[in-house]
Amino acid sequence: MRVLIPSALHSYTGRPWVDATGATVAALFDDLERQFPGIRFRMVDEQGQVRRHIRLFYQHAMLFDLATPLAADGELLIVQALSGG
Amino acid sequence: MSAQNTKPDHLVLLVATRKGAWLYHGDAARQSWRVDGPHFLGHIINHLVLDPRDGRTLLAAAKTGHLGPTIFRSTDLGQSWQEAAKPPAFGPAVNGLAARSVDHTFWLAPGHAAEPGVWYAGTSPQGLFRSTDGGMNWAPFSCINDDPQYRQWFGTVQDGTPDGPKLHSIIVDPHDAQHLYFAMSGGGVHESRDGGQSFVPLVDGMDVVEGFDPTDISFHDPHCVRLCPSNPDRLYQQNHCGIYRLDRPGSIWVRIGRNLPTEVGDIGFPLVLHPRDDRTAWVFPMDGTEVWPRTSPGGHPAVYATRDGGSSWQRHDAGLPASQAWWTVKRQAMTADRQDSVGLYFGTTSGELWHSLDEGRQWSCLARHLPEIYAVETAYPG
Repeated sequence: MRVLIPSALHSYTGRPWVDATGATVAALFDDLERQFPGIRFRMVDEQGQVRRHIRLFYQHAMLFDLATPLAADGELLIVQALSGG
Repeated sequence: MSAQNTKPDHLVLLVATRKGAWLYHGDAARQSWRVDGPHFLGHIINHLVLDPRDGRTLLAAAKTGHLGPTIFRSTDLGQSWQEAAKPPAFGPAVNGLAARSVDHTFWLAPGHAAEPGVWYAGTSPQGLFRSTDGGMNWAPFSCINDDPQYRQWFGTVQDGTPDGPKLHSIIVDPHDAQHLYFAMSGGGVHESRDGGQSFVPLVDGMDVVEGFDPTDISFHDPHCVRLCPSNPDRLYQQNHCGIYRLDRPGSIWVRIGRNLPTEVGDIGFPLVLHPRDDRTAWVFPMDGTEVWPRTSPGGHPAVYATRDGGSSWQRHDAGLPASQAWWTVKRQAMTADRQDSVGLYFGTTSGELWHSLDEGRQWSCLARHLPEIYAVETAYPG
C-alpha cells in the first residue's frame, strides 16, 4: 500500500510517498524499518507505543492500535501532530 | 581523561542547542573562530562529544519535537553523519515494574582509555546505557534500569527537572575502568567498583530541600559532578542544595559553597575543573530563591572561581553584562580547554557563547543569536 511519510522523516525515505506491505500496522512498520533502517524507532517507542506527536490515519479515521488490520490497496497516512516548537 | 591521538593546536567548541548543533573551530591563539553549522537544524541536540581517545568519533544525542530519540555518529567532524543502528532503548517490563521508554539521551561519556569503542549514555527518564562499538549499538547497562530500589529512587516524572528527570555526570575513573560514578536529577550520586555490576549511593553530607528526608535517596538532586583530571581521588559537585567536594577514599561530601556571597548563593548547574590543578574550580551561580527563577542573580551574570579547593571564592564578571541579563547556563553548557592559560567557555539559555582566555578573569562574547544552548564541550581532533 501507499504510505505518506511526514516531512520530519524524509531524511530516511527521500520522498513523501513510499510503498510498504503488511497485514497490520505493526507489520507495515516492520516493512518500513526493513526499507529505511531506523525509521520505526522515531515513530514507535521500545514498548510498542506510537509516539506522542505521531498520528496515523487509515480510511479517514485516526488509529492508535498497531494491531489494526490493513487492506493491501489502502493508504496509510503518517502525520506529525500540530505540536512541537 | 587524557587524549592520545589529538592535535593540541586544533581546538573545536562543540555547541549543542535546542535547535541544532554548531562547531566553532579556533585558531592556535584562540582569537579567531570559524563557524560550521547548523548541523541537524531543528533537532534537539542535548550533547555533542568527541572521543578524546581517537580524536575523530563524534556522537550527537538527538531528537525532535515530533520524533523519538536517537544517536548520530560522525568520524569526519560532521561532514557526514550516520545514525546509530540501535539507539538507547529500555527493555520490556520485568520484576513487576512498569515498562519505560527513553524520551531523550541526555549525557554521553567516552569510556576508559583502555577500552576503545566503549561509550556510556544517560537518559531521561533515568537510564544507563553502554555501547562497545563506538556508539553504533547501545544496550541497557548495569542492573539499575530495572532494579526495584533504583526505580524508587528515580522518583516520578513529576519529581524531575522541567525537561524530565535525568541520569547525568557519568564518570569513569582514569585509574580504574571498573570504577564508575553517575548522578541523577533526582536520585543522588552513585558509585560502582565492579564495572557497573552493582552501584551504591554516595550521598552522605549532601543537603536536600528543607522538609525532605535526606536519608531518602530520591530527594537528592546533584546537578553536575566532575572528577579532577589531575587527581582522580577528588570530586566536585554542584547540587540543587549547594556546592560540594569529596576527597576519596572519604565518602562524606563537604559543602564548600557557603563562602559565596549570600546575595548570590551557591545554587547553580554547571561546574568546571582545572585540567592540571585540583584546587581550582569554576561555577556559574543561579537564582535559586523562592520560585527558582533560574536566571543570573540580580540579572548580573558572573562566574565564581575557587583556587583553594573551595575555602574562598572570587567573582569574575569583567566583560559580562553589568545589568539586565536574565540568562543562565545549563549543567553541560560550561567547559574548559587544556591550554596553558586555561580557556573557559559557556553557552547561555539565550543563545550566546562566551569565552575567557585567562581562566575567567576577562570575558568576551564569541557568538550571539543561537538557539538556547544545552551543552558546550571542547575537543581536540586528531
